[in-house]
Amino acid sequence: MRTLRFLLQKEFRQIFRDKSILRVIFMMPAMQLLILPWAADYEVKNINLVVVDHDRSTYTQQLISKITASGYFRLDKYTASYKDAMHEIENDDADIILEIPASFEKDLVKESSANLFMAVNAINGAKAGLGASYLQSIIHDYNNGIRAQWIQLPRFNTETTVDVTYSNWFNPLMNYKFFMVPGILVMLVTMVGSFLAAMNIVKEKEIGTIEQINVTPVKKYHFILGKLIPFWILGLIILSIGLLIAYVAYGIIPAGSFFTIYVFAACYLLAVLGLGLLVSTYSNTQQQAMLFSFFLMMIFVLLSGLYTPISSMPQWAQYITKFNPVAYFIEVMRMVVLKGSSLSDISKNIFIVLGFAVVLNIWAVVSYRKRA
Amino acid sequence: MATDYIITTEELTKRFNDFTAVDHISFYVNKGEIFGFLGANGAGKTTAMRMLCGLSLPTSGKATIAGFDVYKQTENIKRSIGYMSQKFSLYEDLTVRENIRFYGGIYGKSNAFIKEKTNWLLQQLNLQDEADKLVGSLPLGWKQKLAFSVAIFHEPQIVFLDEPTGGVDPVTRREFWNLIYEAAATGITVFVTTHYMDEAEYCNRVSIMVDGRIDALDTPVALKEKFNAATMDEVFLQLARKATRIDN
Repeated sequence: MRTLRFLLQKEFRQIFRDKSILRVIFMMPAMQLLILPWAADYEVKNINLVVVDHDRSTYTQQLISKITASGYFRLDKYTASYKDAMHEIENDDADIILEIPASFEKDLVKESSANLFMAVNAINGAKAGLGASYLQSIIHDYNNGIRAQWIQLPRFNTETTVDVTYSNWFNPLMNYKFFMVPGILVMLVTMVGSFLAAMNIVKEKEIGTIEQINVTPVKKYHFILGKLIPFWILGLIILSIGLLIAYVAYGIIPAGSFFTIYVFAACYLLAVLGLGLLVSTYSNTQQQAMLFSFFLMMIFVLLSGLYTPISSMPQWAQYITKFNPVAYFIEVMRMVVLKGSSLSDISKNIFIVLGFAVVLNIWAVVSYRKRA
Repeated sequence: MATDYIITTEELTKRFNDFTAVDHISFYVNKGEIFGFLGANGAGKTTAMRMLCGLSLPTSGKATIAGFDVYKQTENIKRSIGYMSQKFSLYEDLTVRENIRFYGGIYGKSNAFIKEKTNWLLQQLNLQDEADKLVGSLPLGWKQKLAFSVAIFHEPQIVFLDEPTGGVDPVTRREFWNLIYEAAATGITVFVTTHYMDEAEYCNRVSIMVDGRIDALDTPVALKEKFNAATMDEVFLQLARKATRIDN
């Protein structure tokens, strides 16, 4: 026990003496949490629209002003030639072309039906898809407005219409920050827990001090605990800083209890620390550890459900996410922060993460032995 | 086996795949002796030393350190030895005092022992003014002397030194050897590898490794006589030239 105390004392001294680590610990969460949630927003805005108007009538003017008034679209160009509009798309200046035929008003008045043509620049898939559906719903709305004006006499519309009203449970205003902030916080805790720990161990290999430790009576498990405990604590500190920033900057207060979050985070950190230890046993230089960590992080982020819902991934990708500890934490954070889930609601995730912790740490210790 | 041998090896061998780094070496080291372990780069010195320190397991053969078996009693061996590696291996981001305290602590020394001996050591090395400076800021010669002192801080029976004076100026080298003599005078056995032949002359006995084998082992005087050479340098050159291994 006394040996461990000496190891911990040394470790904390080194961590708090290293300016770059301190910066990572305190600045990184602040920067990421203050900047990323604003940028990583699913809502598509500023869609550049080119209108090819062959009709130039009052009705087309009404339609266009309705579209631009929605706030989602920016009228990039108003032209009479489809070729012109296509040129805008080719230059990537426009996202959607709306072509209004010459007989638009006439058809609408005489035959009470008219055709519009929409061409979408699908290079940016999310923008194209969402933009097209926004535009469709605005046109649909416009259509209803016109019908309401005309069909006034037969009091009861002969056509049945189904109107859907909806409410967003757990995040009533569909505020994306509520959705992103907990997720970003998870990434931060993961990075500190696993990769800072890995880098730290590999650094000792690189400068040769680990060999000096190996000739002392310090037991392997002492050395490993001496490395893991400080980063376990650092991980929880980062989580606290992050939750504080989430409250101060975005007014996010978890609907559930902080206790639930911390219990899960404590278990989760055991798993990612095991991962960090594993990375360190397979790398001899900090550079190797960095590259390996970077590779893992990319996969973890993209398959975590942070940016894209896991349920809409292909089946095989969904199987992979089952092996991604980050996905479980993001799910828990969202459940607790938005829905107010309790410990018993997330018990399954806790057990899974503890399972990860056991497997990863045993694997790391076994391969550490072999290589030492 | 006589008890005044502190290191004994018998046909000690280490193989890495089909490369035999250490090839059936047998020797012994007396208690309190300064034993020079010479050889060209790649001759197998460091590998042999790592086996004796319990850092790597031998492929075959026997060896005991302070009476403990290198296969089964590595924990006991670690308690009995000090080790100073080729690479400087104190923590550069800790102060002199913190390094001493850390290594004293992990060898299980009491706080009182650490405190008292730290003060004595700082005085001995004339480092009182640098005690609270980061080790990284010290000149190389001072670092090496400090590393040696830390390696014997816990009062081991044997200290292993792997090229301790590499890159150090002649004056500091002389001071370093004074520290070694002082340590030997207190009864610590010193096992040292070096490339400086003048240092070989300071040793009680010297072994010379060529291609993983020990080709010569005796006192410097006897070796010079045997090889009909004026200096240890000539002895070494005669033996090392026979090497067939490519220096890596």
